[in-house]
Amino acid sequence: MAAVDKPRLSRAHVLDLLKHMIRIRRFEDKCAELYTREKIRGFLHLYDGEEAVAVGVIPVLEDRDRIVATYREHGHALVRGVSMKAALAEMYGKREGCSGGRGGSMHLFDRITNFYGGNAIVGGGLPLAVGLALADQMRGEDNVTACFFGEGAVAEGEFHESVNLAALWSLPVLFVCENNRYAMGTALAISESETDIQQKAACYRMDSEAVDGMDVVAVEAAARRAVTAIRETGKPYFLECRTYRLRAHSMFDAQLYRDKAEVEAWRAKEPILRFRTWLEKNNMLHPEDLARIEAEVAAEIEAAVAFAEAAQWEPVEELTRFVYAENTA
Amino acid sequence: MTGRSAMAQAAAQSVATETTYREAIREAIRDALKRDERVFLMGEDVGRYGGCYAVTKGLLAEFGPERIRDTPLSESGFTGAGIGAAMGGMRPIVEVMTVNFSLLALDQILNSAATIRHMSGNQFGVPLVIRMATGAGRQLAAQHSHSLEGWYAHIPGIKVLAPATIEDARGMLWTALEDPDPVLIFEHIMLYNMTGALSPGAGPVDIDKAAVRREGEDISLITYGGSLWKALEAATALAGEGIKAEVVDLRTLRPLDDATIMASVRKTHRAIIIDEGWRSGGLAAEICTRIEEQAFWDLDAPVGRVCSEEVPIPYPRHLEEAAIPQVPKIVAAAKAALKRA
Repeated sequence: MAAVDKPRLSRAHVLDLLKHMIRIRRFEDKCAELYTREKIRGFLHLYDGEEAVAVGVIPVLEDRDRIVATYREHGHALVRGVSMKAALAEMYGKREGCSGGRGGSMHLFDRITNFYGGNAIVGGGLPLAVGLALADQMRGEDNVTACFFGEGAVAEGEFHESVNLAALWSLPVLFVCENNRYAMGTALAISESETDIQQKAACYRMDSEAVDGMDVVAVEAAARRAVTAIRETGKPYFLECRTYRLRAHSMFDAQLYRDKAEVEAWRAKEPILRFRTWLEKNNMLHPEDLARIEAEVAAEIEAAVAFAEAAQWEPVEELTRFVYAENTA
Repeated sequence: MTGRSAMAQAAAQSVATETTYREAIREAIRDALKRDERVFLMGEDVGRYGGCYAVTKGLLAEFGPERIRDTPLSESGFTGAGIGAAMGGMRPIVEVMTVNFSLLALDQILNSAATIRHMSGNQFGVPLVIRMATGAGRQLAAQHSHSLEGWYAHIPGIKVLAPATIEDARGMLWTALEDPDPVLIFEHIMLYNMTGALSPGAGPVDIDKAAVRREGEDISLITYGGSLWKALEAATALAGEGIKAEVVDLRTLRPLDDATIMASVRKTHRAIIIDEGWRSGGLAAEICTRIEEQAFWDLDAPVGRVCSEEVPIPYPRHLEEAAIPQVPKIVAAAKAALKRA
């Protein structure tokens, strides 16, 4: 079934897009709160400001397609359909978590939704995505593997190796570069000789596009073009989404490397505010819609917190499980 | 010889053919490619070049470029791709030309292959086989002479094999391919030309047991890979002086077969471990400690080690020979443990 290659902006669809983004934003807010209350530990990387990328791309994919993401992957997991309860329980470290509690925030995996993690090594997921696509190609299966990574990953050797392999072997990978301008605290301009990320795809003779990552409709349109192209040609596609990370890199980051004024300027153009404003202006969003969305999201989050709180710790006796396959029967 | 698989014992009764370690591996790969369409092999120069050590010679013509896949020089990229393809339902064999280049793929091996099952809470496994040439002896100098099996054997989540015999070269690959977890197979470069008999019915062997290659009562020589044949030669030399050495071929470095090791040590009360990795913090140290933990009261002497000296492997022949384990050092270590001059 070929992807429809243009977004259809029915009221139902736009409200769906808005709800997805709000759902991610409120979930991340709750994660930040739970982190300060020490319910979530370790590293926590939140997606505020970038929601339009996951929400624009992922619903364009089919269930049979595959997703590889990074340690900033809560939004991707949620919009893909990983249960919010399972995701939050995972961040609590409980056994009902989507990775059995073993992974935490950076390692959300979900077999049922073809969600291949969650990866704490910058660039580490790209070769995996190449391999997943290779398996599909060798078996003649019409699947797309969407691989999300930040612009920081573009400096890693693994990026170049992976993009080269995908182009050389004509593999059905959708490389989605979320260019949020900072790799942790390092601005793009001081780490890349060529800061136009999309240009790099051309060096590998890969079709590409750069899109305003703060505009969910533009992202969806670009994703539809990309996925259609991949399914038709079997060749990979590179989508640079230009976006901005409104929060710190992680909960430990003092943000010494950027001005507060810069952040506030971007906050004024952030994707939820922007989409809401546009919808209201075009009479597609009414106050009762927004109230309903916020209420539904709040209820879902409250239920997820209750679930995670009540969920169980794995017994310590089970520590050395899941290192190797366990024999069944 | 004790410790052979039952299948090989029965097969040994039929007519054996003369073959080489290299050819045995090639046959194992051919067999796997024919048996299971999910299997494919990728690596540098495996196709058109025929393999750096000629292991895959002829396979490209027989199986085609999709299943014998030449890769660019991208160890991290193609090892990670092998991991992804395994997660996606294939049974890849990734050939890293030598362990020396595997360091470029170390992040994928450790942070992906070894850990995905655990991090995903058992949702995804990585049924991948990685084959690598290893070891010193051809004057290839410091960057091409490593034995890093001990480093890999340190990692939970993978399995590490060192086939030292032609039977194991032929039989370990299939068992490794059937394993749902990542398996690394180390082939010592000095073994590729080794000739020996292989029964025509030779097939899969276990990958979780050590094997006693020579029985003895006086001392256990515990080793793996290329060093096995040096240990056997040392045992012959020791026999000439009335010392009966037992030679244990570890075969699998992770998991280590403690039961076979300890049974031997309890029998002989003395042990020397021969390991081509560097002495400090090497696999031999791990085995020494296990013997100390499990068989301390059975020992009549401290466990000895014959390992590579603390130096990057040098180029000139006499220095390379002095750097890595050799028969005279093994003999001397055994005699010292027996307090013999």
